[in-house]
Amino acid sequence: MRDATVGTAASEDTAGSVEDPTDKPMRGAEILVRGLIRNGVDKIFGLPGGAVLHIYDELWRFRDEITHYLVRHEQGAVHAAEGYARATGKVGAALVTSGPGATNAVTGIATAYMDSIPLVVITGQVPLPVIGTDAFQEVDTFGLTLPIVKHSYLVRDVRDLAAIIDEAFHIASTGKPGPVVIDIPKDITAHICEEARTKFARVFADDVPPPADEAILDTITDRLINAERPIFYVGGGIVTSGAADDLMKVVELLQAPVTPTLMGLGGFPTAHKLSLGMLGMHGTYAANMGVSEADLLVAVGVRFDDRVTGKLATFAPQAEIIHIDIDPSNIGKVKQPHISLVSDAKSALQRIAARLEAREGATLNAGKARREAWWKKLTAWLDAVPFGCKYSETEINPQQVIEELHRITNGDAIIVTDVGQHQMWAAQFYPFKRSRQWLTSGGLGTMGFGLPAAMGAQLACPDQMVVAVVGDGGFQMTNQEIITAIQYKIPLKVLIMNNGYLGMVRQWQEMFYDRAYSEVDLSISPDFVKLAEAYGALGLRASKPSELADVLERGLAHEGVTIMDIVVSKEENVFPIIPAGQDTRNMILE
Amino acid sequence: MRNTLSILVANEPGELSRIVGLFSARGYNIETITVGTTLEDGWSRCTIVTEGDDAVIEQILKQCSRLARVREAKSVTSLPHIEREMALIDVSAKSPADRQEIKNLVDIFRAKIVDITHDRLIIEASGNKEKVDRFIGLLESFGLNEVARTGYVAINRLTAEEAESHSATG
Repeated sequence: MRDATVGTAASEDTAGSVEDPTDKPMRGAEILVRGLIRNGVDKIFGLPGGAVLHIYDELWRFRDEITHYLVRHEQGAVHAAEGYARATGKVGAALVTSGPGATNAVTGIATAYMDSIPLVVITGQVPLPVIGTDAFQEVDTFGLTLPIVKHSYLVRDVRDLAAIIDEAFHIASTGKPGPVVIDIPKDITAHICEEARTKFARVFADDVPPPADEAILDTITDRLINAERPIFYVGGGIVTSGAADDLMKVVELLQAPVTPTLMGLGGFPTAHKLSLGMLGMHGTYAANMGVSEADLLVAVGVRFDDRVTGKLATFAPQAEIIHIDIDPSNIGKVKQPHISLVSDAKSALQRIAARLEAREGATLNAGKARREAWWKKLTAWLDAVPFGCKYSETEINPQQVIEELHRITNGDAIIVTDVGQHQMWAAQFYPFKRSRQWLTSGGLGTMGFGLPAAMGAQLACPDQMVVAVVGDGGFQMTNQEIITAIQYKIPLKVLIMNNGYLGMVRQWQEMFYDRAYSEVDLSISPDFVKLAEAYGALGLRASKPSELADVLERGLAHEGVTIMDIVVSKEENVFPIIPAGQDTRNMILE
Repeated sequence: MRNTLSILVANEPGELSRIVGLFSARGYNIETITVGTTLEDGWSRCTIVTEGDDAVIEQILKQCSRLARVREAKSVTSLPHIEREMALIDVSAKSPADRQEIKNLVDIFRAKIVDITHDRLIIEASGNKEKVDRFIGLLESFGLNEVARTGYVAINRLTAEEAESHSATG
């Protein structure tokens, strides 16, 4: 094999160094690892295979500068990198081999794409000369991932590699972030590069900041002051651009209500007096009613997702819509706004805040006075239908679990969830204080995301409490990563909301399919406490309300990995719910 | 509504599939697609004819503009423009009369006979969609054996100012 012999030169070097000896010829694998380090990567999640052997050889040499975390399945690697990226805003990195390594990574890449999470995913590929021959572990990774990446590369010349790595990190992290895939044939990682080059066309829309449209900003400011029934509908863009403080400033100046989407949770403190709580299918009554009666909808960093709008025609029917988003294609994609501004949320809100501050106090006060009747209405809605939690002597109520978790963690924990009922209960019953405290798979809705993502978040934030709140279904999709947490002494805390069902699907079957519980019964499951013990983790179970607080307190206080199996009432439903595609007035409250 | 889009994209492997993939992923249809080099090294112009109302076209253009290697995406149709397609037409000419009649049509449509045997002709024709369609339609009665069409290329007409500045600079 030619690539086995080419790559030995660099291995003779005894130890790696971060300093870039640009004059020194080096093999592709070393260029790659140095490129990762140069771009700030000190943690990478992955699993080796034939096509990435040279890269792993270099990682071994550079192990003091970059720590590799060996996952047990590539999906876990990408979710862990996502967890790291979501918790910090930095680019997460994952490394997988060709063929099945790449296909296993696809779910994670798509998850990151839907939620605009910055990732660089390195995939091994069979050597260039055998590409297209159906070689062992060959798959067209470039083609497979085309619709789920912000950008991607198939490296064809080792001289391009250094520039590709730098550009990949740039593209992943600028503008609307997203995953970038670098597919590297094995022989490229072995080839010696005598002289690097940057020959590819360097253009990128995100490098050109959109023009500051002063006239539109003035118009928006006027509308904000004059609106009688405004609502700020804010999403992941607030979190991504770090605009939480600017949003706070704007809405406090205006005394205007705010409703975050699922992805926007934490971007505005849930408990703040201007917060109406979450919007959408499982959002609050007040937020949804508010939008349906608002005269001005200020949509910032959102994309009018169907889980938010329900029936599009009756979404915000009375409102003038202002849409601010960094992605021009989001504007008018599903709902045509009256006023639009292509901008990141932070700079837009900053500029609006400056304009508001420049206005006379009397003008602002007159605006606030106009909104008094609106606040009376909103407050009445908030009081009329708060999120409700039932308590029982015999069964643990799932909402109660989140309430207890909130109490014990003092509302400070980073909550990472899977997808389903537990996700919605966590969103509803854990009031968030800050951005990046809530990490969830919103767009793709990926079960199995929670546990490995929590692992990545915990590594990114070693001083914070990170809790993976998962269901018994999703937990079983990626629980192999418990051993990764054990191996690297990552103090992962996993809280399983165990109702013995694929609960959200069961809820829909109950409500919309005449209770035909088709293939949702998970009552035959492993003993999660014993499973935890088999992995060397602390396993605890609470089946009765009287056991709940003790289990959570002990589990969260434990220094190592804890799996808490919380057996909750089996057929509890998530309320309120606006059935898919219907309008707010069809909201089912209980 | 039929719309012709012009997209300036880096001439790199895979970039065309990114554009085509975007059309299929978002449910847009491609009627024709052509790609060719431009005056600028490393850049290709991709002309796509598609269907859609203004909102759809705007979405397509925005989606294309998001791609890292797309420098410009515009609709040619929205402004005065010139659109051309070339066709190679293999048509039967079984008698001298047929051959003469076809030659008359070729002259009228300013096409060209580029190959000939005792009972067949290959004709090169170019023009806008209507012209090429009509020409092929008129040849049908002689017996069409094969037609290869290039798809459309398009360019915006010079505006009055541009025309002046061009003549001024010579």
